[in-house]
Amino acid sequence: MSFVSVRDIFQSYGPRPILERVSLDVEEGEFVSIVGASGCGKSTFLRLLLAQERPTRGTISIAGAPPAQEPDRDRGVVFQRYSVFPHMTVRGNLIAAEEFGGAGVIPRFFGARRREAAARADEVLGRVGLAHVADQYPAALSGGMQQRLAIAQALAGRPRVLLLDEPFGALDPGTRLSMHVFLQELRAETGMTVFMVSHDLEEAFKLGDRVLVFDKPRWDPIEPEAYGATITYDFDARNGGVPFQAAAAAARALHEPQREDDHVPAS
Amino acid sequence: MRWINRRPGRLAAVALAALPFVLALIAYAVASDLRRAENPADKLLPAPARILETAVNLATVPDRRSGDILLWLDTAASLTRLAEGAAISAGLGLGFGLLIGLLPGVRAGAAPFVSVISLIPPLAILPILFIVFGLGELSKVALIVIGIAPVLIRDIAQRTAEIPEEMLVKAQTLGASTWTILTRVALPQVLPRLIGALRLALGPAWLFLIAAEAIASTEGLGYRIFLVRRYFAMDVIIPYVVWITLLAFLMDLGLRSLHRRAFPWSGPAT
Repeated sequence: MSFVSVRDIFQSYGPRPILERVSLDVEEGEFVSIVGASGCGKSTFLRLLLAQERPTRGTISIAGAPPAQEPDRDRGVVFQRYSVFPHMTVRGNLIAAEEFGGAGVIPRFFGARRREAAARADEVLGRVGLAHVADQYPAALSGGMQQRLAIAQALAGRPRVLLLDEPFGALDPGTRLSMHVFLQELRAETGMTVFMVSHDLEEAFKLGDRVLVFDKPRWDPIEPEAYGATITYDFDARNGGVPFQAAAAAARALHEPQREDDHVPAS
Repeated sequence: MRWINRRPGRLAAVALAALPFVLALIAYAVASDLRRAENPADKLLPAPARILETAVNLATVPDRRSGDILLWLDTAASLTRLAEGAAISAGLGLGFGLLIGLLPGVRAGAAPFVSVISLIPPLAILPILFIVFGLGELSKVALIVIGIAPVLIRDIAQRTAEIPEEMLVKAQTLGASTWTILTRVALPQVLPRLIGALRLALGPAWLFLIAAEAIASTEGLGYRIFLVRRYFAMDVIIPYVVWITLLAFLMDLGLRSLHRRAFPWSGPAT
């Protein structure tokens, strides 16, 4: 069984179907980009992965666990907005990520435990380039810094999968590019399984190993809302979205084993 | 230049702010002069000097019968009632508001009830309070609580419900329990709102306090005003009203400064 297993999901709000017959298998460590037109159910799909909603039919399981009933620590999430706690300092946000999980009656660390958590938080802040604003409140940070904090906070909870809902949608193009580098580095470090909903096709192909396209396979011109959406394309986006090269190289190597110098390594 | 773009300078702004006060004082002085020119014993609009004299007496000279300085006695009594009523209401507002706003089960059970309770005109049940709680302090504090707690509960519940869903989901993905979300996410975010709501509720709180004191009391700012009303003692009533206004203003100022100091993350208080 695959790491993330989506089996025959249907989701409808009242009589209105949003998703129909969605099935998906994702291996551990894959980066899955999800694209599609507005209102095609990609955010709904992410909410289902997050267990913020339960599907009308079908199951989603992560690492073989039974389908979740509510959001839990297996799922880390970063939204476009409101992903950090505005009433905590930058450092406090990271410490909270630990406090929330290990909470007793008083969901707060004191003394040595807090100092250790603060030290770990500072180390993470140094890595994500936020050490200089550790004592400030998120409102004082730029959008890019807030999202970096949000990602670092989500990862501090050590989730099994990371879910990103248009995480860079509100950022300017330059900041967005530097966030791509940031995310790619983090991924190379952690080998995290990631689902990212995006409006930006270029971003989706650049970051993703796979790009899923959500669309409605059936369309009723009289009643556009009669049918739900499903995964209509599942692109292999590795090697710059040109998997054919790797396949061709492998095939050539197979057919011409005598010419070793011509060998193009499949990555 | 258009009028919407003409901004007064700093000095002009201060002068403009002072102008209505000065005009009101002048209007009073003139009206008082006119009346006293007709009838030197006029009680309705006593001379400003007379008002000042009475005010100083109220604040410094002990009462002949009881030996208490009336202004301070009344102020202490009223402020105690007001503070008790406001504190209890704030506690109720925060506790119930958070639970109603955060827990759908509690919201389903309690929100309609609170809505209906908040529609009861508090003064209409004042007789009931006097009958149930007697004529002592309890009934006066209870009137303030009944008057402002439902509003505070509804406001805090509304603010709690407005906390972005994303933030609650994020907290859950970090492993937070309902209790953790209540204490670490919802509570700190609605505390500034509580101060804002309390600032708005202090107006009605004064109203209920003075009403309760007017009807059954032996001391208090409202009691004194309604007592001397019988003698047309405007020279007492006016300083008391000014004093109450000043107290209300200082409370509002204090709460606003508390908001600024305690919650630097939440932006400026309005």
